[in-house]
Amino acid sequence: MSLELEDLAPLGPPDDGSIIDQPRHTCSLGALQTVLAIERAVPILHAGPGCGQKIWGMIGIQNGGQGSGYTGGHTVPCSNTSEVEVVFGGEEKLRALIANSFKVLDADLFAVLTGCTPDLIGDDVGHVVREFQEEGRPIVWAESGGFRGTNLQGHEWVLQAIIEQYLHPSASIEPGLVNLWAVAPYQDPFWSGVYADLSGLVASLGLTPNVIFGRGGGVRALRKVPSAQLNLLVSPWLGLRSVELLQQRFGTPFLHVPVLPIGPTETTQFLRTLGTHVGVDPARVEETIQVREDHYYHFIERSAEVLLETRFLPRHFTTIADSTYAIALSKFLVNDLGLIPDRQYVVDGVTGPDQERVARLFAPVGEGLSPEVTFTPDGGRVHEELRRTKFRSRPLILGSSWERALAKELGGLSLSVSAPVSDRLVFDRSYVGYTGALRLVEDIYSVVLADYQ
Amino acid sequence: MSDIDIAHNEAPVREKRLGAITGFVGTVGELGARASGCGLRNRDRTFTQASACSSGCCQGQLSSILDVVVVNHAPVGCASDSAAANSNFKSGAKIRSLDPSNIRIVSTNLQESDTVFGATQKLRDAIAQAYRRYRPHAIFVTTSCVSGIIGEDVQGVLDDLADELPIPLVPAFCEGFKSKVWASGFDSAFHAVLHGLVKPPQKKTNKVNFVNFRGSARAEIIETFARLGVEPTFVLQHSTVEQLQHLSEAAATVSICGTLGSYLGNGLQQHYGVPYLKTEQPHGISGYENWLRALGEALGRPREVEAYLREARAQVAPELEELRRALAGKTAVVGMGPSFSHNYVRVLRELGVEVLWGASWHFDQNYDHGGLPESTARLAESSHSLKVSVGDQQNYEVVNLLNRLKPDLYITRHPGSSVWSTKMGIATYFVTDEFAAFGFKGILNFGNILVDKLTNRSLQRKLAQRIKLPYSDWWIGQDSFAFLHPEAVASQGASASQPVAASLLEAAE
Repeated sequence: MSLELEDLAPLGPPDDGSIIDQPRHTCSLGALQTVLAIERAVPILHAGPGCGQKIWGMIGIQNGGQGSGYTGGHTVPCSNTSEVEVVFGGEEKLRALIANSFKVLDADLFAVLTGCTPDLIGDDVGHVVREFQEEGRPIVWAESGGFRGTNLQGHEWVLQAIIEQYLHPSASIEPGLVNLWAVAPYQDPFWSGVYADLSGLVASLGLTPNVIFGRGGGVRALRKVPSAQLNLLVSPWLGLRSVELLQQRFGTPFLHVPVLPIGPTETTQFLRTLGTHVGVDPARVEETIQVREDHYYHFIERSAEVLLETRFLPRHFTTIADSTYAIALSKFLVNDLGLIPDRQYVVDGVTGPDQERVARLFAPVGEGLSPEVTFTPDGGRVHEELRRTKFRSRPLILGSSWERALAKELGGLSLSVSAPVSDRLVFDRSYVGYTGALRLVEDIYSVVLADYQ
Repeated sequence: MSDIDIAHNEAPVREKRLGAITGFVGTVGELGARASGCGLRNRDRTFTQASACSSGCCQGQLSSILDVVVVNHAPVGCASDSAAANSNFKSGAKIRSLDPSNIRIVSTNLQESDTVFGATQKLRDAIAQAYRRYRPHAIFVTTSCVSGIIGEDVQGVLDDLADELPIPLVPAFCEGFKSKVWASGFDSAFHAVLHGLVKPPQKKTNKVNFVNFRGSARAEIIETFARLGVEPTFVLQHSTVEQLQHLSEAAATVSICGTLGSYLGNGLQQHYGVPYLKTEQPHGISGYENWLRALGEALGRPREVEAYLREARAQVAPELEELRRALAGKTAVVGMGPSFSHNYVRVLRELGVEVLWGASWHFDQNYDHGGLPESTARLAESSHSLKVSVGDQQNYEVVNLLNRLKPDLYITRHPGSSVWSTKMGIATYFVTDEFAAFGFKGILNFGNILVDKLTNRSLQRKLAQRIKLPYSDWWIGQDSFAFLHPEAVASQGASASQPVAASLLEAAE
């Protein structure tokens, strides 16, 4: 259906609590996937019967093909709140569910997360969970009813619950031990690779990364958190409350790197910043950088023909992504690949001071270029704007699988990189660092090459 | 028989309408006999895993209509199913050689303040915005646990807007807490279609309404139906509002799934006299034959049907024999929705596979036409002692059960359900395509899949060697249904179930 003329009036600024057409994130109960990213940790949902399935459907299966793993999907214990609980309350049901979860499942840590129904009817979930905590059971809880916020916020709330209810101060600090905090697991389909590759960069400077999420982390990594020398946060705003809380509770200082490093410019800066902050010998830092930059440019040089001589190459790009990727992708494409940023869309629902933080990172994004940035979680609005945009070359759209059909309609190219990524299978690939940037260039120009024939 | 009240804006849930249950273990004979006497009460559990809700089924169906918008009056999480619905929709476009497009689903994105002050203005704005943005031919408003609990007057908003927007504005009530049976959401969707779109017939046509999910077998069905002088209208995916408005003019309604199609089929029959086929579904040979014969009867074309069946039967006979030889002596467990489960038990038997157990994700004691589902009735008659169970995706029961039964094959249908059996080393087939065993061609297709599954088992064998299941040894040592309560004596309710929950908790200590 085409828009009629009167519809072409300016759209006006989007509002914070706006409608969401084509969701690209989910609600705060999405924290359940953060719990699942901690090895042998299990979420217990005190929520409606369909909440879990909808959430892991979107930021799991339909997002890089991330499935259930050890104990996700329909294995997740859930009270499946029904009319009975709405009327009579659900505390008894929850108590039995928790007790039996400990018996049925073989796991190290349990996190009770509430959905909208128990939060609205006022179940005292904290009271129920404390009974188990007092018995010494490894269990925490967080209020995460979906009307309270986004899954990115939920991710922080469950981290805060773990910090406050599960972690204890450490008697000693382990020198060189660095806790790594970055993207929200599952919401970012590349999270496994992101944490592994960031960890590799940290280790390349002779430090000991402590990674909580993903393979090999789990409760052991979690327990080491209070004994770290530093909390390293690589994210524009997500995780800031958590590292502040860690500083407050355990006295651990934090280093906040707002840009997820993709490509030589940002990665080199990342390594220098981290090296300087923890006092690594600058010669060692520079040597590390040299070897890796050489590797990156070897391949860029070798495939320069494709990057320069393919017909119908994109020159401009648009990102439609969460704060982390909108910035990180823009920085790389501008600073290292020589592309021009069209309008950038940040669609994770970020508001207030956090939104201002993100806006500042775009002004400029690099090379003196400051793209227009729209903050809105309303993907339908983004599509409407793009349909009205006059493109001077084939638009390259780095967004979600919602953009596949749109790119075709606009004669553009699209690569799905931000949730939901339902058209790709992602294991441990990431775009982080020098080699990650090579993966990104491969992916973008594979789209270009596949589209050519 | 349940009277489908299309003047009212809401369909009663399956527990109330069809005596649907989500907890049972016994034989299919017992299930059939007790359901026929309406004597079956649900059995609750003291340990449950995340299930699914009616809103997912409802939105999945409605958003797949080509020219509508679904406005979900809910926090954003309730629209998360749109990611899968959109993938499915685009896959449907591919089947039909259409250009890809997105489903249109708009969340009102309810926030904490909305739960205090209400959000009818937000709903009004969302509907207006959706109309301006897409110029749809109808807008459906789906509800949520939050909109239900805070008491949003959805119908009031739609009534207010009726004069402003020249299209049907239809509510679809599908609050997740209202039903344990996610298929209640199918009824919410089809009720919205019956209540808000379908018009009384102006004429009779040669169309047959075909209720299905994706439509992968559409070419074959169009060809077969042409021999009977009729044309299928596939609903709901990729149908249009215009097509749906004329469903009442069809010569008959059929469905690939009894769970999916019963409400629309019976609604159209009760209100507009469109006959709904109540046979078992057209999976495998006898199911297909009975179904097609019933269709031939309804259309007055029994001779054409017999001619077609003779021809088709002869064509598949040699390969079918071969498949039966290859599958002789193999055992299987089935875990699917009730219609698929009880139909696929029959299909597996037609292929010579011994079925050890039939699990279903819920069970309707009767359909809207008033009788026991035909597939269950036939099974109860032919295989009285077959063990069956009912559970809403309670994986811990299924894993425990499969560990006991150790079948050669696990045949399943529901996202995620094939994973656990595969990790246990069992050859597993996930029936994702609703037409996987459709008719003669389908049974050969399905049989060949099973042979392939049994021929190379390397993935599941090696996975099983490497993977640890998340269940404790304690649980694996228990009876598969240890957490299932005794049947409630009185009506289902907190007062009846709590003491049982407490005693079971102690017993398990």
